[in-house]
Amino acid sequence: MRITGLLLCGWLLSASCLAAIDPALLKPLAAEDSDAKIAAIVALAQATPEEALPVLKAFSDNSLAVVGERVVIVDGERVLDASSNVEIRPAPAAIETIGINNRVRRELSAALAALRLFSSERSVRWQAAQEVTLSAEVKMLPLLDKALAAESDPEIRTRLQLAHAQASLGSTDAAVRHAAVRTLGESSSPKVRQLLIPLTEKRGDNWVEPDSAVRAAAGTSIRSIEQRLAWADNLGRAFTGLSLGSILLLAALGLAITYGVMGVINMAHGELLMVGAYSAWAMQSVFRAYFPAALDWYLLAAIPVGFLAAALVGVLMERIVIRHLYGRPLETLLATWGISLFLMQVARTLFGAQNVEVANPVWMAGGIEVLPNLLLPWNRIIIVAFSIAVLVAMWAILNLSRLGMFVRAVTQNRPMAGCVGVPTGRIDTLAFGLGAGVAGLGGVALSQIANVGPDMGQGYIVDSFMVVVLGGVGQLAGAVWAALGLGVFTKFLEGWTGAVVAKIVVLVFIIIFIQKRPQGLFALKGRFVES
Amino acid sequence: MVRRNFMKTVSAVAVTAAFGLGSLSALAAETIKVGILHSLSGTMAISETALKETALMTIADINKHGGVLGKKLEPVVVDPASNWPLFAEKARQLLSKDKVAVVFGCWTSVSRKSVLPVFKELNGLLFYPVQYEGEELEKNVFYTGAAPNQQAIPAVEYLMSKDGGEAKRFVLLGTDYVYPRTTNKILRAFLKSKGVADADIMEEYTPFGHSDYQTIIAKIKKFSSEGKKTAVVSTINGDSNVPFYKELGNAGLKATDVPVIAFSVGEEELRGVDAKPLVGHLAAWNYFMSLKNPENEKFVKMYKDWAKQNKLPNAGTVVTNDPMEATFVGIHMWKQAVEKAKSTDVDKVIAAMAGQTFNAPSGYTLKMDETNHHLWKPVFIGEIKADGQFDVVWKTKGPIRAQPWSPFIAGNDKKKDAPEGK
Repeated sequence: MRITGLLLCGWLLSASCLAAIDPALLKPLAAEDSDAKIAAIVALAQATPEEALPVLKAFSDNSLAVVGERVVIVDGERVLDASSNVEIRPAPAAIETIGINNRVRRELSAALAALRLFSSERSVRWQAAQEVTLSAEVKMLPLLDKALAAESDPEIRTRLQLAHAQASLGSTDAAVRHAAVRTLGESSSPKVRQLLIPLTEKRGDNWVEPDSAVRAAAGTSIRSIEQRLAWADNLGRAFTGLSLGSILLLAALGLAITYGVMGVINMAHGELLMVGAYSAWAMQSVFRAYFPAALDWYLLAAIPVGFLAAALVGVLMERIVIRHLYGRPLETLLATWGISLFLMQVARTLFGAQNVEVANPVWMAGGIEVLPNLLLPWNRIIIVAFSIAVLVAMWAILNLSRLGMFVRAVTQNRPMAGCVGVPTGRIDTLAFGLGAGVAGLGGVALSQIANVGPDMGQGYIVDSFMVVVLGGVGQLAGAVWAALGLGVFTKFLEGWTGAVVAKIVVLVFIIIFIQKRPQGLFALKGRFVES
Repeated sequence: MVRRNFMKTVSAVAVTAAFGLGSLSALAAETIKVGILHSLSGTMAISETALKETALMTIADINKHGGVLGKKLEPVVVDPASNWPLFAEKARQLLSKDKVAVVFGCWTSVSRKSVLPVFKELNGLLFYPVQYEGEELEKNVFYTGAAPNQQAIPAVEYLMSKDGGEAKRFVLLGTDYVYPRTTNKILRAFLKSKGVADADIMEEYTPFGHSDYQTIIAKIKKFSSEGKKTAVVSTINGDSNVPFYKELGNAGLKATDVPVIAFSVGEEELRGVDAKPLVGHLAAWNYFMSLKNPENEKFVKMYKDWAKQNKLPNAGTVVTNDPMEATFVGIHMWKQAVEKAKSTDVDKVIAAMAGQTFNAPSGYTLKMDETNHHLWKPVFIGEIKADGQFDVVWKTKGPIRAQPWSPFIAGNDKKKDAPEGK
């Protein structure tokens, strides 16, 4: 009877087929006290499992409410009676949402996961098995037994067996516990280790785990889990280093051209990053206003816009100011510093002194779980990939294109390049524009992880110069190695000393390094090096 | 031609300016000048700009209802740009050049410490609207934000309670300056008194404006997996909160596993963040925008109207928060005290402030303590909802008295609960 009913209705979908829930079971959900709420959730889930699901789901989404005495589900504009799932018309006015806190939320997700273990869809069961593993307790054993008996998918079975082992840890039978501890040794989740550690500890004079064989097995299991965890930890740390390195590289790459290759000490470099970041914000605003459906893709449009906007600013800077100051580094430094102040003030006047909000597109939110304790956020992965792409493009332009050849020719030997007909003035402008444009790209990327405001460039100018000087002036490869090295070095140091001390140590290291090796990691060799 | 036009414009502007100045000085006799000292740029602008707007709104509202002692209030706004020494300079300018009767301002404790000597030297009056670490009691300052026992201690007590998740291990995370350092010192002593071992407390600091929280989040994850229930107490200030919460959301650290309770994050700071992955994380304050009472409805509506009238950025989505409420309460209490003293003289106003009460948007009648210059405040703990608002999950029965000298710091039991020289 029940099975045919289920077949007819499908699972969870057609609410009208479900029997009504006794309102007396629903009412205690609205209790003031969390203990009473939790008791009500458990009672409801046991009494009418299928019917309870939509109610509990609404509860965990914060859309369960009370109208007078009646418990209702708020679904957008509609208000449904929770016991019969029938829409109430007209929608009542005085709706009071039932508040939940973290403790109730935890109970709810456990109850929901337990109910979903019997869903007909594999993905739902898979998800549920994962959630059950987080909260398995001895009182859930009968439920897990039932689920294991019904489950045929091998992957989900493995998960459930882990959950089952976890729940069996609380069993009174030493043999059951022993088997459970050994099964758990297969896990690589920090949660499991957390469960096993108490088994090897003493409380007062007595062992928490009375059976010595179980204790020994627990010790072995913990060690094997820890090995896997340590591996993932180091992998995670290396990734954060790589991610910081890619950000440093994006910030410094533009400078590697303007300063590294052309020799212009550009103090306004940070502001070129800012121009790029504001372009991302501007594109977001444009998409919000005109193409709200495609809002998630504003970032793709921001890439060319950021490049062009910053390149334009760079070309203007070069044409108006910098070209008159070639070969006079001190004056260039002062002039570009002035430009930096000017650009900041322009941004402040145009967009306000406050930071502007640049949201991550949906496809950049969240992350992929590589291992149970290693989750790589999407925005970091995408930025690493983006910096590699920019780097490859830069390398190709400098080494494969005609413009790149001219740029290299002019920087290596200006008079000779002029003699063979290279328009050195125009090449300077284009090269500077290219460097500025790349800085703009860096700004677009930075807008996704840092705050976008008029002074944002100030925070990156020191880092950028650090990377270029450390890498060796005049080289792209130097900048790449310096950025990666600094990123990984800073991150491993941060893990060990904390962020404040790490910053100091890195700066001290740079000072010592530059004293010992002023030419940087990679020095240009050959006769064209200016003395 | 162009040049001539330009000259015309310049002279026109100059004439207007001259007239403007003339009319201002004529008015000066009939107005009371009020200083507003909040960072409108730099790392703290995210938090402080809204306080400037609240102060201007409250002053405009008071003026609309007849002003103070029959005179209009005239706000003087300066921008100390999140630059601590500049705070002192601007404060001196407000007190000695503009001759303001009172200053409403500062957010970070380091800025307050920077202006204190100026207020003491020139006998000025400062209303400080933000929760802070205590350990200070000055005759020239009224503290309308919370002391540690009105925010930090109840928050940690909640985390240790059954509903808060019975946390046994704590990460104390903050920006590196006096407020987080002192608060964490107090919290460490408090946790010790509750039997939490030193090994179960991790303290981490980041510089102002820090934007890469990957390592710290990874550390928190690791720390929380070493056994026992863990909670994070965040005293991160300013725009670092945006990258911190972004990283927290992306790293999948859920509130049901490791709740984060923040003391400097309110509705305003969450505007720049997608709040959906943050549901369930907590904040402790003495006011939330979501509180339901008639005073709060009036306050929220007043601010929304103000934002629309003045075309503030994103006027459609403006929010109110705790320090804004404290600013609002502070200005009204100062007005009441001036009316009681029948003068704006600093010493007379300070005397009249004792015992002032005000029906605040938090839904309680708040009282300025008779002796210790701090406000009695109720404490609320809220969980972040998907729309960036807070759902109150715990509150005190009523306003509680501030303890600026925390009993958890050695030697404080001998300190007097009233400012020196009063």
